[in-house]
Amino acid sequence: MTTATNLLEGQSLSMVFGGLSALDSVDINIKKGEVLSLIGPNGAGKTTLFNLLTGVYSPTRGKIRFKQRELRNMKPYDITKMGIARTFQNIRLFGNMTVLDNVTIGQHCRTKTGIFGAIFKTPSVRTEEKKTREKAMEVLKLVELDDVWDEKAKNLPYGKQRRLEMARALATDPELILLDEPAAGMNPQETNELIGLIDKLNDMGKTVLLIEHDMKLVMDISQRIMVLDYGKKIADGTPEEVRNDEKVIKAYLGDTHKGE
Amino acid sequence: MNAYYLQILTVIGINIILAASLNLISGYTGQLSLGHATFMGIGAYSATLISIHLGLPFIISLIIGGVVAAIFGFIIGVPTLRLKGDYLAIATLGFGEIMKNINLNLKITGGPMGLRGIPQATNIYIVIAAVVLTIFAINRIINSRVGKSFIAIREDELAAEAMGINTTHYKILSFVIGAFFAGIAGGLYAFFFRYIHPSNFGFMKSIEILCMVVLGGMGNTYGAVLGAIIITVLPEFLRTVSPVISQYRMVFYGLLLVIMMIVRPQGILSQDFDFTLFNHGLLGYKKKKGGQIQ
Repeated sequence: MTTATNLLEGQSLSMVFGGLSALDSVDINIKKGEVLSLIGPNGAGKTTLFNLLTGVYSPTRGKIRFKQRELRNMKPYDITKMGIARTFQNIRLFGNMTVLDNVTIGQHCRTKTGIFGAIFKTPSVRTEEKKTREKAMEVLKLVELDDVWDEKAKNLPYGKQRRLEMARALATDPELILLDEPAAGMNPQETNELIGLIDKLNDMGKTVLLIEHDMKLVMDISQRIMVLDYGKKIADGTPEEVRNDEKVIKAYLGDTHKGE
Repeated sequence: MNAYYLQILTVIGINIILAASLNLISGYTGQLSLGHATFMGIGAYSATLISIHLGLPFIISLIIGGVVAAIFGFIIGVPTLRLKGDYLAIATLGFGEIMKNINLNLKITGGPMGLRGIPQATNIYIVIAAVVLTIFAINRIINSRVGKSFIAIREDELAAEAMGINTTHYKILSFVIGAFFAGIAGGLYAFFFRYIHPSNFGFMKSIEILCMVVLGGMGNTYGAVLGAIIITVLPEFLRTVSPVISQYRMVFYGLLLVIMMIVRPQGILSQDFDFTLFNHGLLGYKKKKGGQIQ
């Protein structure tokens, strides 16, 4: 099971919130370079799993290894530095900052200007700031937000805010990027653009794990799909396999659908 | 210029440093501190005692006063800034009372007699230089990687952490920098009035500084400057209008803040208002293209 191609390995992850089990011994393996989707009904534990992988919560039981290193007890900012970035289900941008600054912040863990550097603005600080700005503009171009770089993030329309969140995550230079319902609230055209964007990221060599309810998107771009239900993994396989899985159909449509 | 105006100008300068440094903590980093005057007091007492007992020159004592205040900022910040929420406000409040009582009871601080006979060393030029340096440094910080991390923490702490920002580290840093400048302001105060007493740096002074920041505009350095000027000049102005009104100046403060909160809760200069004095030419308005899209 432990192979070098696994970028991330989670073993029997469990999370209990005050007696309520949100995740129950879930195994998750993410191979380098793949697009893996995490689906399941509401409350299945998908976001909880995200929060475990990004260090927001520490798992009650189980191990997480990323690039052969144990993530348990690591803080979210350390995990980001190791190369895992994320977006949030309910957009969490820095609303009063400009689009450019939001992306600049993403590069925080890859830059190192300190307090004295900031005050004296030494040549090396200027160079770093220039590089940071250029890289930020590059990322904004990728998500096609470069024309609104000096808008405040909170003034952007919804679809653009979603893209900005992805840009901000990308700016941290991740190997693995976790997208929490990136298509939520998007219209079909925006969803299509999003599919193109995720494809582009994958082509760039980024490994993508996403939570999504939009089945068209999931079936379109996933190389593999993992299904959670009531905190347990009920299926894990190619889109084709998952689509025909008895347990998955049951979880989504209920027991009685066959009779109808 | 006569001594009266010179004194008002000096006090304005000291208050600007206090307001701008509190604004860094509360306005930019979003951490409510109710004990900013405490750090001013620590700076005032440390600078004075160092100058008197060690005979160090004024400027050196001033800087050491700031450093001592920063160290205390670190000591109080480490346990409280790890927590989320309003713990900092409560802890700074308590810390202020503790320091006041310590100063009231120690022999070396003169106890309830205060410290008197401090040499007159602060003059208007030093105050102006200190104000310019403070505003310059805070501006540089705000526009840097460090300052952007402060603002990100204010905007969304969880997202900031997900972007790789060690939020505890940066909250403490902001608090320590703010305490340092407050300590400098305290030193300037001590060497100007030549007499310090624990009650000069009590809760009321902390609230006064907070009023300046809230009135001028949280998260805008120039707002803090404006707030400091208004809150300093207003009581003097009221005094000239009528000594009776002047007695009720605290009522005026209160009324002013209530009206502000109703009419313009973001303060006189909101955080969007951005004429960048030191970054884009003197008083040049930075042009923003377009308004809101959508």
